[in-house]
Formats: sequence, C-alpha cells, structure tokens
Amino acid sequence: MDLTSYVPTVLMNSLKNASELITFAYDVPFARAVVFGVHIGGHLFVEGLLLVVIIFLLSQKSYKPPKRPLTTKEIDELCDEWVPDAAGPHTIINGKEVVNFASANYLGLMGHEKLLESCTSSLEKYGVGSCGPRQFYGTIDVHLDCETRIAEFLGTPDSILYSYGLSTMFSAIPAFCKKGDIVIVDEGVHWGIQNGLYLSRSTIVYFKHNNMESLRSTLEKVTQDNKRAKKLRRYIVVEAVYQEKYKFRVLLDESNSFGVLGKSGRGLTEHYHVPIDKIDIITAAMGHALASEGGFCTGSHRVIDHQRLSSSGYVFSASLPPYLASAAIAAIDVIQENPQLITKLRDNSKTLSAGLSGIPGLELASDFMSPLVLKEHSVFVAPSKRSMVDKCNLPVGIRMYVSAAHTDSDLQKACESLKIVAASIFTDQN
Amino acid sequence: MITVPYLTALTTYFSYGLLFAFGQLRDFFRRFIDWWKAGNLQGYAPICLGLEDFYIRRLYLRIQDCFGRPISSPPDAWFDVVERISYDNNKTLKRTTKTSRCLNLGSYNYLGFAAADEYCTPRVIECLKKYSASTCSTRVEGGTTALHCELEDVVANFVRKPAALVTGMGYVTNSAILPVLIAKGGLIISDSLNHNSIVNGARGSGATIRVFQHNTPSHLEKVLRELIADGQPRTHRPWKKIIVVVEGIYSMEGELCELPEIVSICKKYKAYVYLDEAHSIGAIGKTGRGVCELLGVDTADVDVMMGTFTKSFGSCGGYIAGSKELIQYLKYTCPAHIYATSISPPSAEQILSAIKVILGEDGSNRGAQKLAQIRENSNYFRSELQKMGFEVLGDNDSPVMPIMLYNPAKIPAFSRECLKQKVAVVTVAFPATPLLLARARICISAAHSREDMVKALTVISNVGDLVGIKYFPAESKMPQVEEARAKVE
Repeated sequence: MDLTSYVPTVLMNSLKNASELITFAYDVPFARAVVFGVHIGGHLFVEGLLLVVIIFLLSQKSYKPPKRPLTTKEIDELCDEWVPDAAGPHTIINGKEVVNFASANYLGLMGHEKLLESCTSSLEKYGVGSCGPRQFYGTIDVHLDCETRIAEFLGTPDSILYSYGLSTMFSAIPAFCKKGDIVIVDEGVHWGIQNGLYLSRSTIVYFKHNNMESLRSTLEKVTQDNKRAKKLRRYIVVEAVYQEKYKFRVLLDESNSFGVLGKSGRGLTEHYHVPIDKIDIITAAMGHALASEGGFCTGSHRVIDHQRLSSSGYVFSASLPPYLASAAIAAIDVIQENPQLITKLRDNSKTLSAGLSGIPGLELASDFMSPLVLKEHSVFVAPSKRSMVDKCNLPVGIRMYVSAAHTDSDLQKACESLKIVAASIFTDQN
Repeated sequence: MITVPYLTALTTYFSYGLLFAFGQLRDFFRRFIDWWKAGNLQGYAPICLGLEDFYIRRLYLRIQDCFGRPISSPPDAWFDVVERISYDNNKTLKRTTKTSRCLNLGSYNYLGFAAADEYCTPRVIECLKKYSASTCSTRVEGGTTALHCELEDVVANFVRKPAALVTGMGYVTNSAILPVLIAKGGLIISDSLNHNSIVNGARGSGATIRVFQHNTPSHLEKVLRELIADGQPRTHRPWKKIIVVVEGIYSMEGELCELPEIVSICKKYKAYVYLDEAHSIGAIGKTGRGVCELLGVDTADVDVMMGTFTKSFGSCGGYIAGSKELIQYLKYTCPAHIYATSISPPSAEQILSAIKVILGEDGSNRGAQKLAQIRENSNYFRSELQKMGFEVLGDNDSPVMPIMLYNPAKIPAFSRECLKQKVAVVTVAFPATPLLLARARICISAAHSREDMVKALTVISNVGDLVGIKYFPAESKMPQVEEARAKVE
C-alpha cells in the first residue's frame, strides 16, 4: 500500500466511527423523548440540566450575620429602663451612684441654692402655672423682668421669652421667613430648626457642616442665580458664626453656647469678638446652661415686636411658668457674679478630651473648647439619637456633657471606665 | 352657627373699611416722610415688608392696651393688674408701679389650682429641693426621673388609656406628634376651627389636609366618602391612613364636639380619631375625665387622646395617651421626646398632686366639690347672661363663654370700661377669630364664688348697655318683632 493513502484512510475510518457513535448517542430512545409536546433533542436535555444547576447555585445565598455591638433598639430599651433618682453631677441610677455625664448642666447650676431660693419664693407667690397665653393675662411681671435681664446681659435692645426651648426656633423662623425667601442652612442643624424652615415654605439650601469653603461657594452660587435678589430676604441659619459679606441676615441658635463660650458667658459672639448687633436674631434654649426651661430670642426692637403678634409658639400657647422665669433671672445673676464657673468648665472639657483622646478606637469629633464631646461607636449611658423625621446625617455616637461641677476625680473615673468599655467592645468586634 | 343681624354686619364692615382707609392714608404720609430721612438698610431687604404688618401697625397698636396686660399676683379669682401708661399714643406701653385688684374672668383656671394650693404647693416645693428646677436634659439622655415615670402611669390611668407620654409644652405636643404619626401619602381631616398647634403639626407632617365644617358630622361623612373614593391627589392611589382631628371644647366657641357621631362615622370608614382635650380634661365630666365621660364615649374608641395640663391642673405641659404600641413607637421617634428638655420636676409634681385631689385620693372631697362648683357656676352664668339679652355661644356645662361684640370699636370700649369697674375680661379679634366675629371670652373657674359672679354680671350688664351689645331682647322685656338675620358661616 502507499503510505500517502494510508494515513487518510485511517483518519477517515476513525472519523466515521466517531460520527456513528455520536449518531448512536443521539438516537438513544430517551433523547428523542417528547415532553410537553416539545421535541427534546439530546443537546437540549443537557443544556436544560446545566441551566437548572446554575440556577440552583445562584439561589444559594451567602449568609453572614453583620456584627454590631448593640442595635439602636436595644440601646433605647436600656435607656428607657434606666431611671435616675436625682439630677446633678452625681446621680443615683437604680440604686447605684454614678457620675452624671448625661445632663447638659454646663455650669453646674442645677440645684444651686440661689436658684432654689428664688424658685421657692416664686412658687409660694404665684403657684406653678401661669394659666393663660401672654396676650390674655398670662404675662406676669417676672416674665417682663426676665426679658429685660436677658437683653441687658447680652447687650441687645430687646428680648422675648418662649415657654419651651424647642418651640423657640420653630416659631421664630416662620414669623420672618416666608414663601419665596432663601435660607442657607448648616447641614447639621437640629430638628427644631428643620421643622421651622419646612413650615416657612422658603427655599432652603444646605451647606456642609461647619465648612467655610462650602458656605462661601453656596453663597456665590445663590447670588449669581438670583436676579431679583434685592427684593428677596435672605437668611443664614447656623449654630455657629459666619462673616456676612454677602448681605445676608444671620440667625443664630445659641442653645449650647450661651453661658459657656466667651469670657463672661455671653456666647459665640463674644468668643469670636464679633459685635453682637451684627447678628440679627439670636435664639437660645434656657434648658442647658441656665438650669431652667424655656427659650428666648433677642434682637432689635422691630424684630422682637413683630414676633409678639406673629410667632405662633408665643401667641397661641400658655406662657412660661413664673418660677422658671425667676430661676433664669437668678441663674444670670450667678453667672455674672461668678465668671470663674466658665473657666472651670473650659478646664474640665480640656481635661476630659485629653483623657479620652488616648483611647484607641474612639474618635473625638468636636473642638476641645466645646462642652459637648461626641464620639463614634459604642454603648453607654447617653447615645445620641436621631428621630426618623430628622434629615441630619452626621454620625451617631455617644454624647457626654461636661459640667463645671465635675471634679477632677469624676473626670478620671469617666476616662477609665470608657477605656475599659471601649476595649471590651472592640475586642468583641475583632 | 352664629347669625349676625344685617345692620350689625353692615356697620362692622363699614368700621373696618374706615379703619383701613385711615391706615392707608397714614402709611402714605409715613412713606413720604421716611423718604426724606434716608433709611439705613444698606442693601438688605427690610425685615417686614409693607403690607404684612399693616394690621399690627394701624389697627392693633391703637388698642394695644387691651391685650397683654401684665399681672403681679397669681391668676386666681381676684388678681392685681399692673397699670400701664403710654406717652406716644399707644405705640409703646410702660409699666407703672400701680396695680388694681380686679376680678379675673380671663385666665384658664377651671378648677382653681392656679394660686398656691394647700395640698399641692408644699409637695411642689419639696420636689423642687429634691430634683431642682429643671432636669437640663432630654428624656432619653438624662431627663427621665422616677417622677416622670410615675406621672405617665397616673395620667394614663386618669384618662383611662393603657399608656401615656408627657412632654414639656402643650403646643409642641401637637406640632411634634402629628408629623411622626402620619407622613406624605396620608390624609388629615380636621375641623375648620381647630387650634393653631394642630394646623402647624398637620402642615409639618407633609400629609394632605382637608377641612370639614365645624362640628357637622354629616359633612365629615360626605368629605370622607369623597376622599376615600378619590384616593391620593393626582395618583389616585389609596390613602395610607386617615386621621380625623377634633377638639373636646373649642376655645373660641365654647362648644363641645359631637363626639359620639364622629366616632361612629370614623369607625364605619376605618379612620383614626385624634382628640385634643386641651380645655376639657379636668373641667367637664362627672369625675373630671373630660368630654368622653360627659358624652358617654368609650375611650377605647378614640385612638389618640391628647391634652394639656395648663388649664385645669394649674401647671404646664402636654400629654398623649393611646395604646402601648403607639406610645412605645412615639418614644423612639417623637422629636419632642428626643430633643427637647423633659418637663420640669416641680410642674410634674403639681400635676400629680392635682390629679390626686381631683380623684379624692388626698383624703378630702375638695376634688368633687371643685367639679360640682365649676359645673354650677358655668350653667348659672350662662343662663343669666342669656336672660340679659347677650349673644352667648357655647353649650351647657362648658366653662368657656364667648359674648359676641362684632364691631371693632366695641372691643376696646368693652375691655376698658370693664377694667374701670374692676373686672378683667379678655377680648379677641382678628386673626384669632374671623374678621366680623370679634368677641369677649369669659372663662369661669371653680374659685369664683356666688358674690363674685353676681358682681361680674352687674358690671357686664352695665357695660353692655353702654356699649350696645345686647343683640337679643332681654327676657324681662316684651318680645320684639323678629328682624331679618343673615347667616354667617
């Protein structure tokens, strides 16, 4: 035989054999089965099986439970069950004595004898409630005295008293900002301000929390976009101070800085040495440094008088109980007489932040001068909570309120316990 | 329904027109004079534009001395009103040191707890020493004391609901609870004469708001049927939930709400009922439990009950009562609970003691006496006023009595004349009431004695004759021929 014809014949033979095998496989009876009226060829059957396997594999979920120290719900339950007995720098919780870092009692005025004295005499004279709105015999002379005292202390022409801290901002804003006005707001403002802005129906523009650059760029953009800018009133609502060189009016909320910042406790304007008449409207809640309740708003006469008739939280609500107004007056007197309370508070905050910054895993998110110290993560006495109607998205952490009444040993104890707790939580997570 | 006589309506419109015209004239001259002396606004838009405070500047300021009168004693049955003088034609008022002792017909002091009370005040002072004047923190951070928990239990028992939540101020309770209960996609149907706090809360929630005619259950049914059939505006999807908001006693009308019919309608159409008992809790009902007790409505049928402690309990603050799940949910989400300072401990103690007195748990029957007294007082006063020929609104048993004045000039006249004769009344005009329907509102208290009321009646009758507000014929005279009356809605 020829060699040249041998190889092809062998190849041809093997190919023929292979095809015969394949046709045999195709012609196998089950491959020709008819299922549901569809001719199933052999390849279709194999492909169908493959598809089923793929789907089965995909449907297997990879399940990994997320690890979190405690859910928010559990923290809430812990908080709600926990009932302290009396307030002040040391409190009794469920029978155990603890150091109280959860009340915003910045200057330690809670329980101060002078306040208690004035409250007691007020209670004996006027009873508890004032039984009427300001316009209908609810104005007691103590209210008027309180208003003048606050205006004197801050150096502004006039002030107006509200019966609740939260309602101060959300009534003052709709009284001035109407539909069509532009308001530029810090992202991190609290719910009271957000609600007030929503009720006022003005255009709201947010800028990044405490970021001067962001503020400047927003101001530029807004001024450029608006041709009728002169007729519209523009406001900036912040919880800090910004220079106004863009012809905006400034609304400042000083609930946490009143009584704390500045050499004699007059707040942010004193701290940054900005003359107070540059700020048009200042509001504050008295529930923090002044150890009382309610809120106030100061500004020029025109601003204040307008609010007396058009601010809903003032007109349609009963006035502040007189004993709280006299407590506020006594508190201001105490602050004026003892400016060393403020320096003590500042020293305490410094010590605490120094002690806490050494703890691994926790981050300090605020200035060492401010008495509010926010941290990230963790489980403790006072986690900060956000209501679901709040649009703020700053990180949730725990809050510790430093007070002038805390002694050094209190602060030490706090740092030590936080170290221990933080260590235990973070090892669990790892 | 208030029916205004034609002549009165005409003269009232005319008076307002005249005042408006004069105001505009003055504004025109003011603008002229201001243009001379340049303003110092430097490119800022003025903080109050021209027409916004027109009413304040030209109408309200003229009679400013009738409002906001300061007092220098507790708001009991008799109190000291501080006299004020003005050197610039009522634009600003200065306090003087003189006071005059007047009969108090204006404060919300229904059960007489306003001044220092023999049972409550010692307890309040003790509590002040123990807990200090304020807790300085929110409920979830450090402001929950044993006192607050006790208060919530006691309030829930008193109102006959499973659980309750207490906040520091009544106005904020409404404005902060409604946005949490309902959001966009829900429907709020509220009575046309609801209080400003409810209106603010409803607006802040983002839900659709519809109004039904005051106290008319048939109109409520009609509105409900239409809206449920229509669905949400534009998308016509079904509503997520429907809340009907009504008040126990309407503070400007003195009327009780028709609760049984409204509750049955809401049950039929599966809407939730939100009852605001600011004025009625503690003041009406056999044991002071409010409008549900008086009208015989089961509290389990009312889904959310809200009320304030300012009126009958002589304190401050508000509460919400409902099922346990509702209150638990509110505790996690309500901003008034999470962000705002908790109710001041002495106020909480006052509420506790007041409730104890009302229920008779302090060992005396002062509570029962007070409740009987206020009912008697209200009914007597109202019937006497009606006999004299005044147009008095409101239902029997309600301690709030508005007397219609209508004409804007009669408002200051009535108020000032009464003050001269040592009776302090409250007069209300626009914007708290519709423009035509100005009134004087009387709030009777359990602390008023029979002599006080007789004196008040004589004074009001004299002043009424002087000012000319006896729109109905007095019963002692012969009945006059009926004049044509215009229906005002």
